[in-house]
Amino acid sequence: MAFYKKQFGLISAAVILILLVLFRYLGIIDDYYITIIDLVFINIILAVSLNLTIGFLGQLALGNAGFMAIGAYTSAILTTYLKLPPILLFPVAVLCSGVLAVLSSLIVGIPSLRLKGDYLAIITLGFGEIIKNIITGLKITGGARGYKGIMNYNTDFETNAYVNMIVLYLFAGLTVFVISNFTKSRHGRVIKSIRDNEIASEASGVNIMYYKLLGFSMSAFFAGVAGSLYAHHNGILAANKFDFNYSIEMVIMVVLGGMGNIKGSIAAAIFLTFLPQLLSSFSDKRMLFYSILLIIVMLVKNKNYPFLKIDFYKKRLLGR
Amino acid sequence: MNLFIDQMINGISVGSVYALVALGYTMVYGIVKLINFAHGDIIMVSSYFLMVFLRKAGLPFPLAILLSVALSGALGAIVEKLAYKPLRGAPRINVLITAIGVSILLQNVFAWVFKQDNPASMPALLDGAINIGGVSISKISVLTILVSVILMVTLSLLIKYTKMGKAMRAVSEDSGAAALMGINVDTTVSATFIIGSALAAVAGVLFASTYRLINPFMGSDFGLKAFIAAVLGGIGIIPGAMIGGFIMGVVESLAKGYVSTIFADTIVFTILIVILIFKPSGLLGKNIKEKV
Repeated sequence: MAFYKKQFGLISAAVILILLVLFRYLGIIDDYYITIIDLVFINIILAVSLNLTIGFLGQLALGNAGFMAIGAYTSAILTTYLKLPPILLFPVAVLCSGVLAVLSSLIVGIPSLRLKGDYLAIITLGFGEIIKNIITGLKITGGARGYKGIMNYNTDFETNAYVNMIVLYLFAGLTVFVISNFTKSRHGRVIKSIRDNEIASEASGVNIMYYKLLGFSMSAFFAGVAGSLYAHHNGILAANKFDFNYSIEMVIMVVLGGMGNIKGSIAAAIFLTFLPQLLSSFSDKRMLFYSILLIIVMLVKNKNYPFLKIDFYKKRLLGR
Repeated sequence: MNLFIDQMINGISVGSVYALVALGYTMVYGIVKLINFAHGDIIMVSSYFLMVFLRKAGLPFPLAILLSVALSGALGAIVEKLAYKPLRGAPRINVLITAIGVSILLQNVFAWVFKQDNPASMPALLDGAINIGGVSISKISVLTILVSVILMVTLSLLIKYTKMGKAMRAVSEDSGAAALMGINVDTTVSATFIIGSALAAVAGVLFASTYRLINPFMGSDFGLKAFIAAVLGGIGIIPGAMIGGFIMGVVESLAKGYVSTIFADTIVFTILIVILIFKPSGLLGKNIKEKV
C-alpha cells in the first residue's frame, strides 16, 4: 500500500496506457474517439502547464494560446524547410517550438513580472492578440489562408492514428511528470512562497524576478510543445484557432480543476474536451457557460455567498 | 501634409474617447487596485442600449443618450456589488479571474440577445463637416473632442473640490484609515464605479455615433487600448489617463495612416512594453517604494 501511494503517478500512467491499448484492440474506441483523445492529451499539457503560472506562481496569464501558436507555426515551418531524416526532424521541431515560446515569454515576462500588480494579465492578453495579427500578416505563415501540408506523423511516418495517440500520451505524461515534480522541488517551493507572500520571500533572500520568470517561461515552453504537437496532429493551421477564447478555455480548465491542483487540471481538461464534442448544442453557448462558471467558482471559493455553499443546504435540508 | 493633418484630427478624436475610458480604469484601479476587465465592455453595452432606444423604441436622441448612460452607470455599480465586493480581501488573482469572467459574460450575453444585430448599424447623430482654413473636420469629431474635454474638466473639479471627491482620494490612499475617519468606503467605491462606467458609456455613445457599426465583442479591444493609455499616463493618476489617451489615439492613427492597419495594434502594444521597461509608473507617475 505504501508502495502504491508513493508510486501513484507511475502506476496510474501505466494503467491508463494498458487500458488505451486494450480498448483499442477490443474496438471500444474507434478513430473518431482517438481524435478526441488526442485533443484531450494536448489540452492536458496546456492546462497543467498553465496551472504552473496561475496556481503555483499566482499570476494570471491570458495568452497561452499565443505561445501555443508560436510553437505550432515554428514546428510547421521547420519541418517544411529543414532537411533532416523524419525520425530526427520531429524531436528537433518540438524542442525548437518550446524554445521559441520561451524566448517570446521572456519578451512579455521581463517587463511585466518585475513590477508589482497585475500587469502580466493585461500584457499576455494583448500578446495573444498581437501574435494572431502577426501570423495573419506574415507571408511565411500562410497569412489568413492558413498553413497547409504540415508533416503529419500519420502519413510521413507510415504509422496510424493509434501510434499518434501513444506519442501524444507520452508527451502528456512527461509534462505532468516534469511539472508535478518541479512543484515539489526546492524551486517549486520557492515559487509557491512568492505566491503566498512576495515581500516575505524577498526578505528571505529569494530572487523574485528569477523565479517568477522561471515558472512563467516553463509554462510557455510546454504551451509551445503542445502547439507543435497540435500542428503535426492536425496537418493544417489557421491563426484564428489560437484566439482569446482558447486561452480562456485553458484558464477555465485550471480554475475548474482547482488552482494549484495538477490532478484537478487533468480531470478538468478531460471533462471540458469531451463535453463540447459530445453535446454539439453546448458548443455554441460554451463561452457563456464558461464565464458563469468562472464567476461562480471564484465566489464559492471565497465563501461570501452562503447560498452557493453545500453546507447551506445541508443545514437546511438535513437539519445539521 | 493633408494626410498628416487628417490623421492627427482623427487621432485626437479617437484619443479623447480612449481618455474617457482610461479615466474609469484609472479611478477603479486607484481605489480597489483591480484591473476591471469588464470596463471595456461597458462601451459595448452602452452603444447597444443606445441602438435599442433609438431604433427599437424610437426615442429622441437626447433622451436615448441619457437613458443609456444612466443604465450603463448602474450596470457598473451592480457588477461591483455582485461580483467584486464579495471578493474584497481575497487574493488578487481571484478578483482578476472574476473580472475576466464578467467581461466574457457581458460579451456573450449581448451576442446571444442581439443575434440579429451583430453587427448592428447606428443612426447618425450628426452629419456633415465644418471647414477650418481649408481643412474639413467632421462635426462628430468636433463634438467628441468637446464633450470629452468638458467631462474631463468636470471630473477633475469634482475630485478636487467636492466631498465625494475628497472621500475618493482618501479611500485610494488608505481605505482602512479612511473608514476610521468615518468615510463610507462601500458608497465611495460604488460611486467610483458609477462615475467610471458612466464615462465609458459616454465614450460608447460617441464611438458608436462616429463609426456607426457596433458588435458585442468590440469592447475588449477598445478596453485594452484604453488600459494601455492609463498605464502610459500613470495608473491611478487622473490627468495621466487623459494625456495617455490622447497620445495613444494619435500614435494609433498615425500608425494606421503611415504603416499598416494590421501592424498598428502591434505598434500600440510595443508602447506598453517599452513603458513598462523604462518608466513603469507612467509619464506622470512617481516611484513609490513598497513598505512592509
